[in-house]
Amino acid sequence: MSDAIERGKGHAQGQATPAPANFLESAPGREGITSWIFSTDHKRIGLLYLTLIMVMFITATILGLILRLKLMTPGNTLLAPQTYNATFTLHGVIMVFMVVIPSIPASFGNIFLPIQIGAEDVSFPRLNNFSWWLYVTGAVLALVSIFTGNGPPDTGWTFYVPFSERTTTNVSLAVIAVFILGFSSILTGLNFITTIHRLRAPGMTWRRLPLFVWSLYATGWIQVLATPILGITALLIFGERVLHLGLFDPGRGGDPLLYQHLFWIYSHPAVYIMILPAMGVISEVIPVFARKRIFGYKMIAFSSLAIAFAGSLVWAHHMFTSGMSDLAVLVFSFLTFVVAIPSAIKVFNWLSTLYKGSISLEPPLLYALGFIFMFSVGGLTGLVLGSAGTNIHVHDTYFVVAHFHYVIFGGTGLGMFSAMHFWFPKIFGRMYDKKQAMRSFWVILVGMNVLYFPMFILGLQGMPRRYYDYLPQYATGQFISTVGSWILALGMGLMFLNLWAGIRRGRPVGMNPWGGATLEWTLSSPPPPGNFLEEPVVDKGPYEYAGVRADD
Amino acid sequence: MTEHSDERAGEHASHPLGYGFLTAIWAALMVLTAVTITVAQIDLGFWNVVVALSIASTKALLVIFFFMHLKYESRGLKWCVFLAFLILAICIGFTFFDVAYRPMGVA
Amino acid sequence: MTEQHKDYQGAKFGMWLFLFTEILLFGGLFLLYSAYMHRYPEDFKEAGKALDVFIGGLNTVVLITSSLTMALSITALRRNEKGRCMAFLAFTVLCALAFLVNKFIEWSAKFGHGIFPGSPHLLEGPNGQGVFYSLYFAMTGLHGIHVCIGAALMIFVMVLIRRGRVTPENFGFLENAGLYWHVVDLVWIFLFPLFYLIA
Repeated sequence: MSDAIERGKGHAQGQATPAPANFLESAPGREGITSWIFSTDHKRIGLLYLTLIMVMFITATILGLILRLKLMTPGNTLLAPQTYNATFTLHGVIMVFMVVIPSIPASFGNIFLPIQIGAEDVSFPRLNNFSWWLYVTGAVLALVSIFTGNGPPDTGWTFYVPFSERTTTNVSLAVIAVFILGFSSILTGLNFITTIHRLRAPGMTWRRLPLFVWSLYATGWIQVLATPILGITALLIFGERVLHLGLFDPGRGGDPLLYQHLFWIYSHPAVYIMILPAMGVISEVIPVFARKRIFGYKMIAFSSLAIAFAGSLVWAHHMFTSGMSDLAVLVFSFLTFVVAIPSAIKVFNWLSTLYKGSISLEPPLLYALGFIFMFSVGGLTGLVLGSAGTNIHVHDTYFVVAHFHYVIFGGTGLGMFSAMHFWFPKIFGRMYDKKQAMRSFWVILVGMNVLYFPMFILGLQGMPRRYYDYLPQYATGQFISTVGSWILALGMGLMFLNLWAGIRRGRPVGMNPWGGATLEWTLSSPPPPGNFLEEPVVDKGPYEYAGVRADD
Repeated sequence: MTEHSDERAGEHASHPLGYGFLTAIWAALMVLTAVTITVAQIDLGFWNVVVALSIASTKALLVIFFFMHLKYESRGLKWCVFLAFLILAICIGFTFFDVAYRPMGVA
Repeated sequence: MTEQHKDYQGAKFGMWLFLFTEILLFGGLFLLYSAYMHRYPEDFKEAGKALDVFIGGLNTVVLITSSLTMALSITALRRNEKGRCMAFLAFTVLCALAFLVNKFIEWSAKFGHGIFPGSPHLLEGPNGQGVFYSLYFAMTGLHGIHVCIGAALMIFVMVLIRRGRVTPENFGFLENAGLYWHVVDLVWIFLFPLFYLIA
């Protein structure tokens, strides 16, 4: 093993060797953009995803800022109502389908899953590249849908019938884009599950899998089993609009609620596609910076699977006020409380890992702690929504908007940022300015809470979501929230600039700057194209820190 | 990849199924098709659907276990297939918590 | 993706995972069918009467037989009987085409009678019958697309066998194409009673 690393280092320093020293460099004669966009190297594909996801993230963030700016004051300001509807739809569609769902699995999952299990690549490298192209195709189609037809979709990201059947905006193309993006997500999940089953290095038993891998495994199953339902739902909307199927048209005997069922059968598990990989990142980061074996390894791994399974039983809690049967309200409300249990198990285990650990407060850990705080607020308010009685009061209000932004942005977003700071030195072989990373964290955290916390209060006071205008009594909350959006944007701007500066001229780092015990830290930074020069033999768990030394 | 395939070359597929055996499965499927068409001509009310779906499920099992070879695959794969059908059953079944108990004043 | 792939079990496992997505894709439509069947039992029965059990039954026989020849072709290849394997595959493709022709005749007849989604004839009739036919066209249509893909896949496998890329030692691709074809058959096994036999 150590031999292999020595040779890896020799590789990195030797100038004369024809093979590229790391995956960021191309072999001579094979440079240029095609060596990236047609690459089958999982690390390159991961970086491609990361780049596009960040582009989409910034785009949708700007849309969000515009929305907040419009809502700063009541009345007919800044945007026309139709433009406002299109803007929140695009913000949602881009954020959900192009940013949050692929976010961690497609980028960091692609880069680190094979390395963490000691494999050379994923099981189907060419399929992996194909799934990135599907993502590009879906994104391009979604962009085309904005500028063609009768204007961008104005249905909200949920495409609810009957409105989505009747609106003259370009919904048909947008749902085809969603279908293709879903297909891309399925292929990623399929690839990951097969890779984890088939390509583990000798000694990498199921009980030695890093928890990030476990979370990707659970996510992969949701992607494979739930996304097809989204596929058929999107196709049905297309069929309703183009072929006039009338399956959801109440005037023709259709039942619009069945659309909502189908939509949430995918879209509820989809929130676990969003959050589970982030939980996996947190489970990696916390033990490294507490320098302590993770508390309750088996329970965390098990709770990932439990969340994935239980998450598929609760979809109709999005429909309590829709007019579905009272029995369904009762059953789905009860089951929703069940999902809270495995999530809580994880939080308790992370805290127990920190307890009496020798904590070094580096940026990745700070972002991870931010995750725990924001996720806890988001998760607990989720119980308010999941309980049928209170749901009636806050359904479709700003309370919901606040809740899912706490979970998805405060949770998955901060998890993503934590992953970016954690694996940055491994991917680029350089270190960013840690102090600046910490400063931007605090600005982001303050910004998020100033932005989203007032929405809880607005929601409790009755402010409905997606409304263009509001009564004067909501003006203060709306104003504070908009100010928060500026703070948040500033914080993220600082963070991105800092990371960019780190890529350009950060201080070079060694193999293992944080002292992690998972396999990626045994490779040179950035890792060589084929990952391991010799297939590693694993003889210890992923969180055994005895003998592991940080080389920073 | 080469190292892996060398190591795993041993776990190749089991012996191919014989022509005669596969044809027997086909014959069973044909008989079941005939049965389901015949039974459908008799009016059993609600039970028509039950019988039709039971026969269809039996045919499906024959296809999955023999034509698709699942009987000879690992236990893990069998569980995965079970899981996929379980999730589908949950999706349809749980929807009936709503569909079957909704007050139907509107229709 | 699979023909260069050496991990035989991995490729097969990946194919099964893909088939799960196919099953759940149709599953969404089966969900709609069951909910609407529950809502309009009488209309469904009435509408089902207009479907020809003979053509449906014939297509069932055709598809099951093609599933058999698909399975036989794998056995043939593994026993090194390449000619026989190609014959079985060609027969399977013919079955797929026969199925599509049948389906085309059936659909055209329906269209001729003014039965298609959103047709004035259906809009005048009871709602449940319109829903039944929308489901019929959506489900058999999606299934038909899968039959086309399956036939194309088998022709592709035949090319690979001819070029020596799929061989008695390296038959994973053929087996996976077979798995796909069996799932097409599997879906039809349920579509047939649900649409043709409920009357």
